[in-house]
Amino acid sequence: MIENFLSSSFIYWLIAILLLLGIFGILECNNLMKKLMAMNVMQVAVIIFFLVLAQKSHATLPVMFNGDVNIDNYVNPLPHALMLTAIVVSLSTTGVALALLMRIQKRYEAIEEDDVLRRMNK
Amino acid sequence: MKHRFGSIVLDTAFRVLVPFTLLYGFYVLVHGEYSPGGGFQAGALLAAGVLIARLVQGEEAVYDLSGNKAVVLAGLGAGLYALIGFITMVFGGKFLEYGRLPLSVHDPAELHVYGILGIEIGVTIGVMATIIAIFDALTRGEDLYDD
Amino acid sequence: MKKLGALLILAMIGIFCYTSSGLPTISDPKSPPSQHVSPRYIEKSKIETGSPNFVTAVLADYRGYDTLGETTVIFVAGAATVMILRAGKGKGGEGK
Repeated sequence: MIENFLSSSFIYWLIAILLLLGIFGILECNNLMKKLMAMNVMQVAVIIFFLVLAQKSHATLPVMFNGDVNIDNYVNPLPHALMLTAIVVSLSTTGVALALLMRIQKRYEAIEEDDVLRRMNK
Repeated sequence: MKHRFGSIVLDTAFRVLVPFTLLYGFYVLVHGEYSPGGGFQAGALLAAGVLIARLVQGEEAVYDLSGNKAVVLAGLGAGLYALIGFITMVFGGKFLEYGRLPLSVHDPAELHVYGILGIEIGVTIGVMATIIAIFDALTRGEDLYDD
Repeated sequence: MKKLGALLILAMIGIFCYTSSGLPTISDPKSPPSQHVSPRYIEKSKIETGSPNFVTAVLADYRGYDTLGETTVIFVAGAATVMILRAGKGKGGEGK
């Protein structure tokens, strides 16, 4: 029974824990840079979730070997293609967010959240 | 990142690494149809090759693609993609319908191969130029005009 | 505030783990994501697009329009980063 649970649902628990660790990091960290890194952890958790859904047992990577088109031998290629887009979007978001952080630091001379809010409302 | 790193080991080692990285990136781009690879991965590898030289040599790097040139090159990469789409529309098909490209080949699946190769080149140029532009803007931000 | 946040996160973990039995079993060849369109992409990819790599064929031929939107997104992100960090320089250069 333990093997049944470990092989069928345990990975979803681990993905849920990773996603909620990322959300907890965004809620709780004071430093703006750490919030950005927690957002990155959340994005990785979502990407891994989609890749887990695409897996088939005893299947290999989605490149054709020796003219064989049996669909039980290849991993589902559609989530892999969609997640390439998600990885590139994550890179773009991180780049723009880092640029905004540099402007905030230059303007308010602080990078902690409560310091920035205090200097903004003064 | 503005001054040279100043270590003899790095100055010698990066000259061995950079040509292999650029060649490997080009290999991944061209073999995108026969093995795992494609446009996005090749763009990241080519950008990594250029950034190694920038990190070790500071501002006097030889592969310099800074300022407006990188953003213009990224726009050209996306523009090449759309241009292939418009070429297929001119010759009587829908947008990005590779069966109507004006090339002379033996069987109709070859047209798709050429179309996919053209798009991947556009995507690679766009991704490489964007990564270099982001790195350059972030590390030269120290000489901003103070408000 | 910190305790409320931690309690909420633990409650969400509990809800996720309780409803994870409704998700498809992993490594199942007959799961719903691999049933409707993806067998056709695997079987007809070499004949219609001439490319043995199914992921590139899906990304660049069957779903090529989405990859065009993707390339536009990454170009706009690069341009936006450069524009955010140059907003001060223009004012200094003109000297008004």
